[in-house]
Amino acid sequence: MKHLRLPVVLVAGTLVLSACAGVGNKSDSGGSDGQASADSTPSGTLKVMGLGGEDEVGLARMTAFKTAFPGVTVQNNKGDFDAQQFLTAVSSGNPPDAVYMGRNLIGTYAAKGAIQPLDDCIKNSGIDTTQYREAAMNEVKLKDKIYGIPEFYTVSTNLISETALKSAGVPVSDIQTTDWDKLEATAKQLYKAKNGRPARIGYDPKMPDFFPLWAMANGAEIIKPDGSPNLNDPKAVEALQFTIKLINAQGGWSNFKTFRDTFDLFGEKNQFTKDQLAAFPIENWYVNVLRDARANGLKLQSTPFTDRQGQPISTIGGSAWVIPKGAKNPNAACQWAKTLTAKETWLKAAEARMQTVAKDKSFFTGLFTGNKQADEEIKAKYLKPSGDAGFDAAIKNYYDVLDKAKSLNPSAAGAEIDAAWKSAVGKALAGSATPQAALDQAQSEAKTAFDKASQG
Amino acid sequence: MATTVERPAARGQVEPARRRPPKRSPLAKREDRAGWLFVSPWVLGFLIFTAGPMIASLVLSFTDYQMIQTPRVVGLDNYRELFDDPRVLKSLSNTFVYAAMFVPLGTIFALALAMMLQRVGKAGGFFRTAFYLPEMTPAVAAAAMFLLLLNGQQGLVNKVLGWFGINGPNWTADPNWLKPSLAAVSLWTVGGTVIIYLAALNGVPKQLYEAAELDGAGPVTRFFRITVPMISGALFFTVITHTIASMQMFDQAYTMFYGPQQKATASDESLVYMVYLFQNAFQFFKMGFASAMAWLLFVIIMAITFLQVRIGNRYVYYHGER
Repeated sequence: MKHLRLPVVLVAGTLVLSACAGVGNKSDSGGSDGQASADSTPSGTLKVMGLGGEDEVGLARMTAFKTAFPGVTVQNNKGDFDAQQFLTAVSSGNPPDAVYMGRNLIGTYAAKGAIQPLDDCIKNSGIDTTQYREAAMNEVKLKDKIYGIPEFYTVSTNLISETALKSAGVPVSDIQTTDWDKLEATAKQLYKAKNGRPARIGYDPKMPDFFPLWAMANGAEIIKPDGSPNLNDPKAVEALQFTIKLINAQGGWSNFKTFRDTFDLFGEKNQFTKDQLAAFPIENWYVNVLRDARANGLKLQSTPFTDRQGQPISTIGGSAWVIPKGAKNPNAACQWAKTLTAKETWLKAAEARMQTVAKDKSFFTGLFTGNKQADEEIKAKYLKPSGDAGFDAAIKNYYDVLDKAKSLNPSAAGAEIDAAWKSAVGKALAGSATPQAALDQAQSEAKTAFDKASQG
Repeated sequence: MATTVERPAARGQVEPARRRPPKRSPLAKREDRAGWLFVSPWVLGFLIFTAGPMIASLVLSFTDYQMIQTPRVVGLDNYRELFDDPRVLKSLSNTFVYAAMFVPLGTIFALALAMMLQRVGKAGGFFRTAFYLPEMTPAVAAAAMFLLLLNGQQGLVNKVLGWFGINGPNWTADPNWLKPSLAAVSLWTVGGTVIIYLAALNGVPKQLYEAAELDGAGPVTRFFRITVPMISGALFFTVITHTIASMQMFDQAYTMFYGPQQKATASDESLVYMVYLFQNAFQFFKMGFASAMAWLLFVIIMAITFLQVRIGNRYVYYHGER
């Protein structure tokens, strides 16, 4: 044993040093060195992370990039964004070059220095940021710096089963979110129970995920423009109280969630065709999913989700391309983000989608790119009456709310704020705490995290 | 071999024996080297993948480390914060409750299966494989499957309970049933324990049962007076390993309630310690705090294990000690 002591000490010491080196040897500048210059042509290997599914829209855009930049070898690590994978890659000094992540994450990652500001990339590559929707751009900014190039734009509207409404004698116009008392009465009218458990939900407010939307509908911003949390705003508390009341009128949270978990959301025999749900607000991608369910008797209707003054509103969702700190090929990453989100590329993607639509003998339900010019041209060129008035109304509602939709303000403590309100809403729904108490605690936790994050 | 040279002590004097280092033969030295060579992959693996990260995490637990910037020393701040954060206590108590449910339940369930296996005769090989196979299923897949099985309205578990007139709970939605449902999911993986118990049961001498039977002992007496004491070593080992595994439970809880498919958490009632540790490390960039959480858990596990060993030593019977 004696003769092994020195090597063991050396190995252990090396490990400690290397472990410490591994966490501390990176530059803190977070600069944008090497981002595309005006006349540079990218080459080499481009490592992409977070781009999961490759449907015809994704493939067409990747092809557009490969055609434009044949000197770049794209290595796509297929799979959705994984925080652990990403952070360890950045921390170890071997990050990918372009990462596709939800825009709601950008504030946190930017504040921690995990991703680079893209102002030089935008300037040198001549990316016209005015082409992107303002709300999407707002989500990728922190302290006046731009950290992501946005793509896709999800908004919400009410989708309705006409069959359910007819069976309960409820007119489509009664599915509205302006008059909350009336909405509760309508939900009760549409709700069906069997053996004390829900058999059909009348109106699903999509809690807890849609809490920010309900708060917005009641006039509250749960994240203030400076990024600080505003979770216990009286209007947000009131919104949570109402949605809980709505759920309690339809079996109570435990039964409600249990029943909702049985929905085959993506199947042809989904909650509408099986008469398990009358109406709910949902994002625009879902109308594309529902198209195939028409063969099983789906009769779709739609109304806009409005605030309490009757104005259509929506929160937005979507992703963005970011360049991590220490990316080896930021020049190619910048061109990648530019190319994949450019109007011309989206038009090619729409063309690919139309080929799929023609092959499937279905119809086009819209493409919501986050690029305003692309959206308008695609809509003008490809969106035609489908022959199904309900689907047409739903698609129209989604397009109508695009310019009215608002983003949640980005925050340096975005992840903590997100976790805090989700936990609070979960507790309030489960009855473990009152909405006021749950959101008060969430506000306190989120504020602590925000103060700490703001101090750097 | 070792030799000791002793000189005769003078009357009334006790002279301590002086020992010289044993002279080792070339063969013994070669064997030593071969031994170290054989274990070196494990030793290296331990140093690189266990001891190294452990030391690093201990160092990091005294820092504010956000994974990107250089760690900043903050002394005991992270440890102080452990006691100020209500979710640390909540996740810890959830974990204790889960462990308190799973460890006895898993032990009893595995022992019952092992005793059944012992009696099936020729079909034993098939059932051993069948019981062990779930152990090979990825925890994420098992958790996803149990989300369907445990659905309060349409899940198979409640349907079966319904045949007996039992109105099953909302396992995955009712906050009171979240931890029991996690414990139920974990029962899926007791196959390894069943095999250990089966080996232990097969090691109990048959004569003991025959003698007890002649003395008029019934099955319950035989079980508690012979079986349990004779396999107490195996029981003790699995209770300790189950306890440690329960305190570190992550996969099932994360997949069922916090994974990418679950956009929002069900309730803090399902927040187990390791999930909260993961959130702090990789979602909130609080790697220093997460390291402190890891060390707190390490200390707790050590304390529990120490207590178990102290108690267990009084009751555990080892064949080799006789």
